[in-house]
Amino acid sequence: MLSIRNLGVRIDGKPILQGINLEVAAGEVHAIMGPNGSGKSTLAQTLAGHPDYLVSQGQVLYQGQDLLSLNVEQRAAAGIFLAFQYPVEIPGVSNIQFLKSALNCLRKQRGETELDALDFLADVKQKMRQMQMDETLLYRGTNEGFSGGEKKSNEILQLLVLQPQLAILDETDSGLDIDALKRVAAGVNAFRSPERALILVTHYQRLLQYLVPDRVHVLQDGRIIRSGGAELALELEQQGYAPDTPKDSEDAPNQAPEVSDDDG
Amino acid sequence: MAKSTPPLERMLERGYSQGFVTDVDSDSLPPGLNESVIRQIVAKKNEPEFMLQWRLRAYRHWLTMPVPTWSRVHYAPIDFNAISYYSAPRSRADGPQSLDEVDPEILRTYERLGVPLHERAQLAGVAVDAVFDSVSVATTFQKELAAKGIIFCSFSEAIQKHPALVQRYLGSVVPYTDNFYAALNAAVFSDGSFCYIPNGVRCPMELSTYFRINAANTGQFERTLIIAEDDSFVSYLEGCTAPMRDDNQLHAAVVELVALENAEIKYATVQNWYPGDQDGNGGIFNFVTKRGLCAGAHSKISWTQVETGSAITWKYPSVILKGDYSVGEFYSVALTNNYQQADTGTKMTHLGQHTRSTIISKGISAGHGQNCYRGLVKVGARALDSRNHSQCDSLLIGDTCGAHTLPYIEVRHPQAQVEHEATTTKISDTQLYYCQQRGIDTETAVAMLVSGFCKEVFHKLPMEFAVEAQALMEISLEGTIG
Repeated sequence: MLSIRNLGVRIDGKPILQGINLEVAAGEVHAIMGPNGSGKSTLAQTLAGHPDYLVSQGQVLYQGQDLLSLNVEQRAAAGIFLAFQYPVEIPGVSNIQFLKSALNCLRKQRGETELDALDFLADVKQKMRQMQMDETLLYRGTNEGFSGGEKKSNEILQLLVLQPQLAILDETDSGLDIDALKRVAAGVNAFRSPERALILVTHYQRLLQYLVPDRVHVLQDGRIIRSGGAELALELEQQGYAPDTPKDSEDAPNQAPEVSDDDG
Repeated sequence: MAKSTPPLERMLERGYSQGFVTDVDSDSLPPGLNESVIRQIVAKKNEPEFMLQWRLRAYRHWLTMPVPTWSRVHYAPIDFNAISYYSAPRSRADGPQSLDEVDPEILRTYERLGVPLHERAQLAGVAVDAVFDSVSVATTFQKELAAKGIIFCSFSEAIQKHPALVQRYLGSVVPYTDNFYAALNAAVFSDGSFCYIPNGVRCPMELSTYFRINAANTGQFERTLIIAEDDSFVSYLEGCTAPMRDDNQLHAAVVELVALENAEIKYATVQNWYPGDQDGNGGIFNFVTKRGLCAGAHSKISWTQVETGSAITWKYPSVILKGDYSVGEFYSVALTNNYQQADTGTKMTHLGQHTRSTIISKGISAGHGQNCYRGLVKVGARALDSRNHSQCDSLLIGDTCGAHTLPYIEVRHPQAQVEHEATTTKISDTQLYYCQQRGIDTETAVAMLVSGFCKEVFHKLPMEFAVEAQALMEISLEGTIG
């Protein structure tokens, strides 16, 4: 489904990813792990098409087409979904309105008709129950004043409603307590199917207890330095990412372009 | 029709060799303004003596006033002697003869707003004799209103049929001494709307000039007077959301509202005058004085406005809170795009005790638009326990536009409570990216973000306006990003 070949990405001229190779087949779950600043979020944002991330080399094929030639909404229409590490607040636009607008835009781009409003509402509510989310969140501004856990759950709700082909979860587990983590993992597990693929970007192994990956990759300094099965995550948990080098030494490069919602 | 002109005026007319002494074309006066013109307007409209005297006093006062320059809008000086002050009732024969002659851009907007076909012609000023369904609709309404004792008619008709009411209230809220354009309007206004709600009557429908035939042609100096007697209620819609074809460049309207004891007036405007082209050429100058007087205790006046039109907007719908426990509200969305300029806001003057006012202003600037909120909250020495809450939010789209907030606060009572909040936000790239990643295209995303920003005001609009206002915002914002 996804084939990343020798991908290099720069931000403000600084090389962040330096020759990534990754193959993701339909039905698979891949975990990308690594310390802060290793380029994990950069990889996620590059796949989604964030304009600040400049591809300097390599190519990305998605379902046989050149992904890098598509703009952000075309990629979304092609079935790529990014669960944001920091979901963005959209004041005044209710959650239900946002979801409906997104789904209808996606359907329009795919040449499908708009969904019946009542069917849509019933579908969303059913998925909220599945996620154990409070229905009143539907009528509040999108992510506006949501707690950290509510924001992350809301990303997964969008995932379930929009039904993409390839979902990239950027540190969806960060900041969640154990109950919230289980709910989010259950939601993501409900999304898994033989036709769909998942890329989980995460620091910690704990999400992977509930969402068992097929492959685990370790990213460091913009390169994948190790790949393995689910057991690799456990090993990392016990031994750290790079036992022979001091930790937390490369925090800086990935901070600046991190998506933030503090405009205003 | 000719009147003898005193020698002084005759001197002042110098430069206009055609003069006004001889009878001119029955439907319009040549450009220029002097007392003789005012006498002719009064004569043509067959107005009573008190109107003539009032207009003349206004005119003489106007002559002493300088053109105001304090607002943040910029335009070339207006030559007031180049304007014709009487051309109403404009003959329909002046207008385009069919929709084929109307600017296709305007027609496209009608279509997108969902304006019914037969109304498009009327809005565009097409010369049609029969006004289709509207005639019967209007007549039905008139009957229903009359049964409740409600008077709703053109200002001219009110002067003829209800002179006592007009004489009592005309200028009682906006005196001709108020400002330059209010004085000009008083001197020369040609028509407008008049509305009277008797004691204890709740007006059963939204009143709108739209249902008054010829309302679209009342001309550039329009005057509206609404009187709500004790315990009455009326909701009034002004204008329409579709772009108005209009040849006049200067509009100087006056609106006066009077709410007596326990009465409530809601006044909503969705204005979409021609804003000029993308380079800032053409467009209407809209210099309006709107003011309501909460004369009685427990009365309430609400202004709601959505402004997307005009090259220049200069307007401050205000409330004088004279009655104890009276309430004033102002909800506004003003959008400026391309080279539009808006200097708009409100004045809340608290005179009575326990008075309350709320101001929510949303300014949106895009392109090279300049948007200025200017507001005054004044609490008098008698206004025990008075409160105001103001919230002024500005939204910027792009980096060539501007937003300015100028709140003035004057408090003369030690216990008054006045709050002012102001925010300025940009549509952030992050918000756009988030929407796009969910598949929402840029234009839909911008419209959605803007309508989210305006939500508190849109909720105050009557249903039928709210939907159109939203569609209008989308059209007005087309192409502002990307």
